[in-house]
Amino acid sequence: MASSTTVGGAGVSLLGAPPAPPATPSRRRPLHGKGKAIGLSLVMTYLSIIVLIPLAAVVWHSQSNGFSGFVHAVTTPEAASTLKLTIYSSILVAAINMVMGTAIAWVLVRDKLPGRTFLDTLIDLPFALPTIVAGLALLTVYGPNSPLGVNLAYQRAGVVVALLFVTLPFVVRTVQPVLMELDTEMEQAAASLGAGPGTIFVRIILPNMFPAMAAGTALAFARSMSEFGSTVLISGNIPFQTQVASVHVYNQLESDNVAGAAAVSTVLLIVSLVVLVALDMLQRWAARRG
Amino acid sequence: MASQTAATVRRVGVRATVRTVVLVYLTLLLVFPLALVLFKTFENGVAPVIDSLTTASTQHAIQITVVVAFWAVVANTIFGVTAALLLVRHTFHGKRTLNALIDLPLAVSPVVVGLSLVLVYGRLTGVGRALAGIGINVIFSIPGMVMATIFVSIPLVVRAVAPVLEEIGDDQEQAAATLGAGPVQTFRRITLPSIRGALAYGVVLALARSLGEYGAVAVVSGRLVGRTQTLTLLVQERYQNFDQQTAYASAFLLVLTAVIALLVSRLLRPKELKS
Repeated sequence: MASSTTVGGAGVSLLGAPPAPPATPSRRRPLHGKGKAIGLSLVMTYLSIIVLIPLAAVVWHSQSNGFSGFVHAVTTPEAASTLKLTIYSSILVAAINMVMGTAIAWVLVRDKLPGRTFLDTLIDLPFALPTIVAGLALLTVYGPNSPLGVNLAYQRAGVVVALLFVTLPFVVRTVQPVLMELDTEMEQAAASLGAGPGTIFVRIILPNMFPAMAAGTALAFARSMSEFGSTVLISGNIPFQTQVASVHVYNQLESDNVAGAAAVSTVLLIVSLVVLVALDMLQRWAARRG
Repeated sequence: MASQTAATVRRVGVRATVRTVVLVYLTLLLVFPLALVLFKTFENGVAPVIDSLTTASTQHAIQITVVVAFWAVVANTIFGVTAALLLVRHTFHGKRTLNALIDLPLAVSPVVVGLSLVLVYGRLTGVGRALAGIGINVIFSIPGMVMATIFVSIPLVVRAVAPVLEEIGDDQEQAAATLGAGPVQTFRRITLPSIRGALAYGVVLALARSLGEYGAVAVVSGRLVGRTQTLTLLVQERYQNFDQQTAYASAFLLVLTAVIALLVSRLLRPKELKS
């Protein structure tokens, strides 16, 4: 179960840090001690220069007009509407992913569909594809010149479709390994005792898959909250209508409102952290449960 | 017997429904949009595609993209192997924190990544001015773009290498050390050959991510056409300037790269990661 929140699809653990691997116990020679010290300082310096100091600077600048300034910056009508849109569409996207991702994983594992390998590779494509290309592709199909006659450009539905595209693999890749390991014996036993497919699904499959589904859904939610590239072209970035939080941050920065950009960024960082912590707790809980 | 047949029929019905819904969903969301990019790219034949990919600005964008991705991947490979060795082979205070920190970049919005770098290394900051004083411009320039690309792809090599390091154990490393090999020799002769596949896998993932980064690079590059414009930035800029041919051709190039990276990574993926 521990592997359930590390998405193996793109080979990447996506958010939930896998439990720190236990160090191989061994007698260490002094040289290794020195190597460890050098390695550790190298790694910490690198992370500090690239990640930690810059992120600290974001939080720092969000408070440059004091806490009340921070609250004001994230509650201006534009910021509030952009955050609301981002949160609502992320919840919707996460929910759709929970259902569709599980269904896709089920088809990949249980359904003897011809061309499953192709389908399986296809699922990883949204992770491999640059987000701007995803946006362009979706705008081509669901834009003003849509061959399907469906124009979602500059609408909230367009934002949702873009988010669905980039988050597609998360639930699939967390649920798939669990489904593969799930023994069909239990289901057969239940069937022989007279349980219908519905009962079997609700009583046996669903409880086993739930931690993985929740983890994948949380990952999809976090990704939706922070997504930028895929929404740029299709959303049109209309304030109060289709502008998502990261685009709002971008615009604030362009118009030299650094404190405002940092404030909304800090809210996004807090959401990410909450999801990370929740995932970690979920993982520990699932591991304890066995 | 009759009820069992009914149950079987119902089950087959459910199976067909789920399958159909999944296939329609994937077609509408993935297959059709990507197929249409392909169609739009070659709508007017191959010649205009080649023309738009060989203009000076596209060539420059390709060059910038490759240079930035190259340095980011080199840096993250060195970092990734070091961090994986630390996490797997050593115990130290704050190991859990370091482990969590490595995944943090994946949870940060690309725009926030860009903003965070601008706030520290921008031209109006102390650090930025000091670096400019010795001739290094970070923001609106290549170094900043490399840093942004490093930021977003930090975990990829670590997470590819660490499980394999754990799997192989350190028996051989111990034996080599006992026989008098120094740490560098042990690493080159024992550790590196056994993690080669996983390392290549991590590098391919990092490379794909680096070549395709958009948001973080958009912020730190300043989108200076002809100077700091990468291929992803070119796609957006060309599309918005109604040069659809170049936009689609560049997008096609990126799709092609992504597909190749995906297929190569599938081949390289270490067995223990193949769930």
